[in-house]
Amino acid sequence: MDFAFSEEQEMFRAMFRDFSAKEVAPHVEELDHAEQPPLEALRKAAQQGFLGATIPEEYCGANLDYISYALLIETLAGDCMSTAVTLATHISLVAMPVLAHGSAAQKEEWLPCMAGGQVIGAFALTEPDAGSDISVCHTRAIAEGDSVLLEGVKSWVANGEIAGLFLVFARGENGLEAFLVPRDAPGLTVGYREPTLGLRCVTFNTLYLEGCRIPVGNRLGGPGEGERIAEEAQQLMAVALAAAGLGVAESALETAARYATERIQFGVPIAQKQAIQNYIAWAMSEVEALRYLVYHAAWMVDQGHDISLDASIVKAFGARIARSVTNRMVQVMGGYGYMEDYPLARKYRDARALHLIGGPTEWHDFRIARHVFAGLDVPITP
Amino acid sequence: MDFTFSPEHRALRRMIREFVENEVAPIAAEIDRTHRVPLETMRKLGQVGLLGVCFPQEYGGMGAGEIGYCILMEELNRVCASTCTNVGAHIGIGAMAIYLDGNEGQKRKYLTPLARGEKIAAFGLTESGAGSDAAAIRTRAVRDGDSWVLNGGKVFITNGGYADIITVMAVTDPALGARGGVTAFIVETQWPGFKVAREEDKMGIRGTSTAELVFEELRVPHENVLGKVGEGFVTFMKALDMGRLTLGAACIGGAEMALEAAIKWAKTRRQFGVALAHKQSVQWMIANMATEIEALRSLVYRVAWMVDTGQPFTQLAAMCKLYGSEVASRAIDMALQIHGGLGFTRDFPIERGFRDARIGEIYEGTSEVQRIVIASNIFREHGVRIRP
Repeated sequence: MDFAFSEEQEMFRAMFRDFSAKEVAPHVEELDHAEQPPLEALRKAAQQGFLGATIPEEYCGANLDYISYALLIETLAGDCMSTAVTLATHISLVAMPVLAHGSAAQKEEWLPCMAGGQVIGAFALTEPDAGSDISVCHTRAIAEGDSVLLEGVKSWVANGEIAGLFLVFARGENGLEAFLVPRDAPGLTVGYREPTLGLRCVTFNTLYLEGCRIPVGNRLGGPGEGERIAEEAQQLMAVALAAAGLGVAESALETAARYATERIQFGVPIAQKQAIQNYIAWAMSEVEALRYLVYHAAWMVDQGHDISLDASIVKAFGARIARSVTNRMVQVMGGYGYMEDYPLARKYRDARALHLIGGPTEWHDFRIARHVFAGLDVPITP
Repeated sequence: MDFTFSPEHRALRRMIREFVENEVAPIAAEIDRTHRVPLETMRKLGQVGLLGVCFPQEYGGMGAGEIGYCILMEELNRVCASTCTNVGAHIGIGAMAIYLDGNEGQKRKYLTPLARGEKIAAFGLTESGAGSDAAAIRTRAVRDGDSWVLNGGKVFITNGGYADIITVMAVTDPALGARGGVTAFIVETQWPGFKVAREEDKMGIRGTSTAELVFEELRVPHENVLGKVGEGFVTFMKALDMGRLTLGAACIGGAEMALEAAIKWAKTRRQFGVALAHKQSVQWMIANMATEIEALRSLVYRVAWMVDTGQPFTQLAAMCKLYGSEVASRAIDMALQIHGGLGFTRDFPIERGFRDARIGEIYEGTSEVQRIVIASNIFREHGVRIRP
């Protein structure tokens, strides 16, 4: 076993921190208040190669391993979880499925411009009636000669407003299928944006596909491979979201711990109070436990292992830790934790999203339990 | 023993619920969105007598006691935490301090218009360096003939931005400090030297004013000393005890709203071929919420009854606030989870409830302060004096 980062990973981490401090942190409060997507940070990230983080060099990517990529997401989330989720959606949910399942032509067409930031990716799976239960996909893919007609409504499409490419899932003759739908495809409309509690810089939109005609060559993977593509993409995203949870939790801890050394009550910094020490100690333990779950899951991706179980474990655990740490750190900061001109309130609102996006925690818990009981020869259903 | 509400209190609850449905519910989302204090609601509450719910009729009150006041807070918080907070700061600590320790003249002059909602009250204790450590306040009052001159400032004052009357704590004898050197004053905000310096931008309860106040050579007549010179802390702690109990009552309402919304959604929303109500994870959440709400309700109304029957209740009031705020936070968190993505959007009241509920563990004494109060009462009974 080896728990050390490689020299390269260390170097990347320093670079990510530098980038995030310069290009993300200074604007986060303003963007969050205005609920604007971090377009300028994305542009700068593209210049650094971050928008093609895990994409090979032949497609103009940075060819990072998943551990380094997890460090990128973690670092960005420390300053702005919205930016981290925007970028993770682009890479884990869209670019990596294209890389894994795309034809040579599809990869040539989309990956270089995704890595360059000219095209941002969005993922359209969820529907108003189909959250955790993707078997209920109502969106239809109707084959008509050389083209496919998409009909349906998608909800909670992350990056909807800023995307140039939508990875759309629809039910065809052979089951669930995935399609690469450019923003300018006829019949595609980006609609209602959800006014969210947290992650206010991520645009979650409703997507309308009304007589949306695309060439049959835009199908990603073979007929009926949609379910597998969705599943793999969501597993990769689960690891990235857990990394974001790690980032937001450790930054909340850092912010509140510093506050505890400065805030004097009863004649001493509150860091001297046992109750505060306990909050900090629990938070630190939780952050460290999550940290190694995240890096381990990312390492499994790099090794090409099956992560169907570990992705759910790290995502569910990450959501819990991000929630409990940000909640307790708000408490450490007292009234200042509740004010929007201090960073804790935003981190608290943002972290709450992790129990919902990328599959609610109940769904991941089910998958974990299913794995355990399968080992005992008892199949369970959700 | 008798655990039933009197016919009068049941009638009061019906009347409040009707008022809340007509006057509070329709604007609850709007005042949150626009960050607006609904002063018109305060006036209407005053007109129908509810701002004097717990005060005697001779001061324009309703005489419904602490139980009546708890019913008001519970019903308000079912629908709008901001309005509930405005009312709590006004009655529960602002006016309450005057009711508890004001002399006859002060009650006639100030309590009566407060009970009628013609004037709005706030409670001025917290300072930037004195939050949980309230004894560390530095606002100074110096005697000058027939009046006192106040210099200093307060932060996080609920209703501070628009109140007419603020009960202010100031140091009158630095040598004595909190025990004997702090005095409460009734301050009219129209007086020269009073200034609202800023309004806070909060995560929740956005239909409230949380203001920073500055006092510069603010002259207060000696007749506006509330209680005795040097005994301000006694007055304020008594008011805070009452306030804590009623915040616990408010939490019943917030948690009930969350539970009712969660039940409704669990019946409606189908996943994997069945309504969420058939999922055990959801059933457990509902069962936990309901159990905690019942425990909280019993605790709060028992303590309200103790207040109305003149029994000591300080430690129990701290428990009401501590437990209530945690129950309400857990309930709204579970309700949000049951609602899934919809709970995360501002189109549903759950989202507002989630932001609003988080203040419960912070304001009017953090959960940590409540635990200190409870533990120090317990240890005192066992002959041990603990320091915070």
